[in-house]
Amino acid sequence: MDKFETLTGIAAPLPLINIDTDMIIPKQFLKTIKRSGLGVNLFDEMRYDDGGAEIPTFVLNQDAYRNAEILVAGDNFGCGSSREHAPWALKDFGVKSVISTSFADIFFNNCFKNGILPIVLPQEAVDVLMKDAEKGSNARMIIDLEAQTVTSSDGEAFSFEVDAFKKHCLMNGLDDIGLTMEKAASIDTFEAELSKSRPWV
Amino acid sequence: MSPKTLYDKIWDAHVAHEAEDGTCLLYIDRHLVHEVTSPQAFEGLRMTGRTVRAPEKTIAVPDHNVPTTPGRDDPKNMTEDSAIQVAALDSNAKEFGIHYYPVSDVRQGIVHIVGPEQGWTLPGMTVVCGDSHTATHGAFGALAHGIGTSEVEHVLATQTLIQKKSKNLKVEITGKLRPGVTAKDITLTVIGKTGTAGGTGYVIEYCGEAIRDLSMEGRMTVCNMAIEGGARAGIIAPDEKTFEYCKGRPNAPTGADWDAAVAWWKTLYSDDDAHWDMVVTIAAEDIAPVVTWGTSPEDVLPITADVPAAADFQGGKVDAAQRSLDYMGLTSGTPLTDVEIDTVFIGSCTNGRIEDLRAAAEILKGKKIKDGMRAMVVPGSGLVRAQAEEEGLADIFKEAGFEWRLAGCSMCLAMNPDQLAPGERCAATSNRNFEGRQGRGGRTHLMSPAMAAAAAVTGKLTDVRDFS
Ligand code: SF4
Repeated sequence: MDKFETLTGIAAPLPLINIDTDMIIPKQFLKTIKRSGLGVNLFDEMRYDDGGAEIPTFVLNQDAYRNAEILVAGDNFGCGSSREHAPWALKDFGVKSVISTSFADIFFNNCFKNGILPIVLPQEAVDVLMKDAEKGSNARMIIDLEAQTVTSSDGEAFSFEVDAFKKHCLMNGLDDIGLTMEKAASIDTFEAELSKSRPWV
Repeated sequence: MSPKTLYDKIWDAHVAHEAEDGTCLLYIDRHLVHEVTSPQAFEGLRMTGRTVRAPEKTIAVPDHNVPTTPGRDDPKNMTEDSAIQVAALDSNAKEFGIHYYPVSDVRQGIVHIVGPEQGWTLPGMTVVCGDSHTATHGAFGALAHGIGTSEVEHVLATQTLIQKKSKNLKVEITGKLRPGVTAKDITLTVIGKTGTAGGTGYVIEYCGEAIRDLSMEGRMTVCNMAIEGGARAGIIAPDEKTFEYCKGRPNAPTGADWDAAVAWWKTLYSDDDAHWDMVVTIAAEDIAPVVTWGTSPEDVLPITADVPAAADFQGGKVDAAQRSLDYMGLTSGTPLTDVEIDTVFIGSCTNGRIEDLRAAAEILKGKKIKDGMRAMVVPGSGLVRAQAEEEGLADIFKEAGFEWRLAGCSMCLAMNPDQLAPGERCAATSNRNFEGRQGRGGRTHLMSPAMAAAAAVTGKLTDVRDFS
């Protein structure tokens, strides 16, 4: 997995609440058996019309935001299905961080597995960053994971919380499975105990 | 010992390792797998030379992207991408030696219906699946939740998940339901009250007399939609009904193991003075038959209400409500019972079980669906389908004008050809009414099976209590 340390990038404003995973990547794109190539279909139904032409009003179709690496969005981003195709599509498009007041649980976890940093901030901070994002491509935000801060293009900094273990994995690009396998002895012990206490499992 | 909730008890019984910061390795008793969220995980195992740690606890079934029309045993009758995903699951199941129910097997069906039906899901277990509606299995007093594909790979390789504990939310439904009100109305009403993010960070325990009174099918319907309320899982304490349902299932324990299991299961309840981080109480008698009007499952109203106006809401919900109304093509102030529909979908892991089909058939007996209506029943599993045929329900559906399909997810997420066309309006017994969920531009109203059946006859959203 790619390491995430600091990011200076263009942020796109998506001031909608409850952006669900069907919006992020509609189901017709879940038919792939690969992880890559989903970026062109990110937000497909909001981004393209029935004939497949770009809808000019959609933020990621505007020149200023075509290279956005950060999204600033309304409450409850990523609600709905467990499809990891949602973070795969974001990542493939080039999005490395999403900022919102809240995220759905499974989506939130899925982000970390793919090197994407979801950042939870209070409403006031998201409001400021949403305004900042509306300024277009000259307004670059800075995300510093080590320091746990997001800084607007005006230099206003906001601190965010992040789980220490998740931060460690992200900063070092670590593979969860490898880390867990180092604890195989604990799992062996648990399984041995389980076969005695609850043999029907 | 300090008092514990049901969730605390199951959690504690599954911690294989705990780090200093509280990050745990939670042992997984049952891992359910389907064709859409697993190919990349198996591919990951192959690329790293890893194996499936506990194939005997891993169960696979294709459901999301399979056709529900006859002849599907032959891949030529599937769309190309369905055939590829199903073939990948076939060969992954074989290669890694996991339990498998192919499309040709009568036991095939929606993974959340097959798990309980085959006795894989039992009280006190941890159950995961790469699907958010895994919460369904919580009806058995199991800790069950959806995971992403990277986590599917993690569970395949290690039989554990990296987890931090959630908070405890108690949702109590007191008293008795009124006639015509079902489990679906309970679960939608809860989401209407708490919102789609209200449960974020929590595991919900549903309790109270109205929950106790529900059948296992009804309890599954309630837990199924815990995720729609944002919760990691929904759970209901097991009782005699639960044990009765599990007993004799193909993979349930027998003999001395059964007795030992029941003895442990009987300890699985929340202690009287357990700590709750939040409590929501709803009186059952205040719950009406409900429908959704918008594009979020929290957009719930009693069928007797009118379409709301955006101005009725606050904050970010004002814009969201306006967007929903535009998308749904609804005018504020219209009575919901005046909203005309053209499609009915009865099925899904929320309401595709035998009891759901019985409730719908009861309404449809001796009736015909409205002219021009497209209506389909998609049983949740091959066994549900067979039972419905035996009970004569299939004939009632067919005589009423419904299509009688093979088991699968079908129009719940419309990955297969069962889709709404733009502007079509569907009464659905599934669980999501998101924009485009049932087909691009399609409009979905969520409701109970009886309400959906009534709507098929009248051609409008209908109060099942007024239907005769
Ligand atoms: S029926 Fe619908 S909600 Fe249930 S597993 Fe299938 S797609 Fe998901």
